[in-house]
Amino acid sequence: MLPIISVSALNKVYPSGLQALEDVDLDIARGEIFALLGPNGAGKTTLINIICGIAMPSAGTVRVAGHDNRADYRAARGRIGLVPQELFTDAFESVWATVSFSRGLFGKPPDPAHLEKVLRDLSLWDKRNDRIMTLSGGMKRRVMIAKALAHEPEVLFLDEPTAGVDVELRRDMWALVRALRDQGVTIILTTHYIEEAEEMADRIGVIRAGRLILVEEKSVLMRRLGKRQLRLQLSHALPALPAALASHPLDLSADGMELIYTYDAASDQTGIADLLRELGAAGIDFKGLQSRESSLEEIFVNLLRGHP
Amino acid sequence: MNRHAVGAIYRFEMARWLRTLLQSIAAPILSTSLYFVVFGAAIGTRMGEIEGVSYGAFIIPGLVMLSLLSESISNASFGIYMPKWSGTIYEVLSAPVSALEILAGYVGAAATKSVLLGLLILATARVFVPYSIAHPVWMALFLVLTAVTFSLFGFILGVWADSWEKLQIVPLMIVTPLAFLGGSFYSIAMLPPLWQKIALVNPVVYLISGFRWSFYGVADVHIGVSLAMIALFLTLCIGVIAWIFRTGYRLRR
Ligand SMILES: Nc1ncnc2c1ncn2[C@@H]1O[C@H](COP(=O)(O)OP(=O)(O)OP(=O)(O)O)[C@@H](O)[C@H]1O
Ligand SMILES: [Mg+2]
Repeated sequence: MLPIISVSALNKVYPSGLQALEDVDLDIARGEIFALLGPNGAGKTTLINIICGIAMPSAGTVRVAGHDNRADYRAARGRIGLVPQELFTDAFESVWATVSFSRGLFGKPPDPAHLEKVLRDLSLWDKRNDRIMTLSGGMKRRVMIAKALAHEPEVLFLDEPTAGVDVELRRDMWALVRALRDQGVTIILTTHYIEEAEEMADRIGVIRAGRLILVEEKSVLMRRLGKRQLRLQLSHALPALPAALASHPLDLSADGMELIYTYDAASDQTGIADLLRELGAAGIDFKGLQSRESSLEEIFVNLLRGHP
Repeated sequence: MNRHAVGAIYRFEMARWLRTLLQSIAAPILSTSLYFVVFGAAIGTRMGEIEGVSYGAFIIPGLVMLSLLSESISNASFGIYMPKWSGTIYEVLSAPVSALEILAGYVGAAATKSVLLGLLILATARVFVPYSIAHPVWMALFLVLTAVTFSLFGFILGVWADSWEKLQIVPLMIVTPLAFLGGSFYSIAMLPPLWQKIALVNPVVYLISGFRWSFYGVADVHIGVSLAMIALFLTLCIGVIAWIFRTGYRLRR
């Protein structure tokens, strides 16, 4: 199927000479939730701004549902809704006026019923006549989302939707994103919270210093890069790792009460059986053990350090 | 043509104006009244007629032009500078709108406000001085053309400005002096010969002269020249704006 967004050979050099994006290629499938992860200054916002037409690329093309976003900007931009990273609002406008404005701006005839649904979904209906400046930060963020949804976009960009948002609103946001996906809306979000990507995304892209260094299904990513850990709670504290066990990828906890064995989840040869035998031979007793998969966070940190 | 977008921008800009309607209307009425009290009543009674027109009536077209220029520029420049400054411009830039539609919305609204203001000043003037309009169609044409042209100029100013200071400095340091020296309160013919020549490089002279002609049939320069000058300035502004949108100058990063 034709990707809803297709970015190819995208480069961006800011007038300052800074290369914010370098040969970025990315296809987004219709209906997926794609999470773009990367540290501050990696180029996430720059990429989104170019796709949405706010910033100009230095080279490369962006297609939205097959339409070039510059030559055929009407067809391309009309399909996109954007919630930018920062809170940009018209302080003196009412909530209702600002969402009506957004809908009109994107070329759609008035549809009060749709706007009412959007505002109700975001718990903004009671605030529809309030001036935006009287709303709290979290409410303003919801207004930004309502504006982006006012014209019924096919693709929604959420640039750090949950930055500075409390736990409850974050849960609400996640629920909203899922509901939108169920309606067929494609969602591209950027985040620093890895748990958010882990919780939400179908696919994950990692961007570092302007380069897209990895794009992968979340499940595949976690399987491929995931490590498992076996933690053994010892009966007696060890002062140091016994030399006999030095050949194993083992760590000793600071209090000496726990041995941590890290192994590759995908491998057939986990080496656990050997380890347990050698522990027995060395006379090390343990009273309990747990095994767990490493989180996406650990994968991410490893990736950015440059060794998966 | 994305007419919904033009309508949305236009309504947004008009709503901004209506929120401060009292100020938008009271200020020009007050300042016009002051001009008439000072120049019309106090000084005007001691002045003879100028080219067969009483002094009070003579200054009316110039006063309207003065307000029209400054209001068009400040309205349009503020209208586009504000979203640039607050960041809300992101939405317009990401919307499926053409440069022409953005212009129609912002400049259309700014020009509408100035034309309404111009009419309001004419009505206020009526309270103080009787006057007649010899060529109403020409008068309306000049009013609209000037409002549109200087709203375009204001739009350029708003795009160019990257600080509030710059936004104010052009109207304050360039436009207001040109407007005052443009013959609002006197006929160019009253100046010494050298200054008459110098005055002719001031574009506002042509506007006021043409506008005054539509009222009283008297002008400092030929009406055709006035029209040509305003058309030239209009074309210039459109050219600059076309360039702005093509290059994304100070709009798109
Ligand atoms: N208008 C600009 N002019 C010059 N450089 C810029 C501009 N905008 C961004 N940059 C630079 O481009 C790089 C990428 O910035 P960008 O905002 O895309 O990062 P990001 O991944 O969104 O970061 P964050 O997580 O902090 O939001 C940074 O080094 C930034 O300083
Ligand atoms: Mg960012």
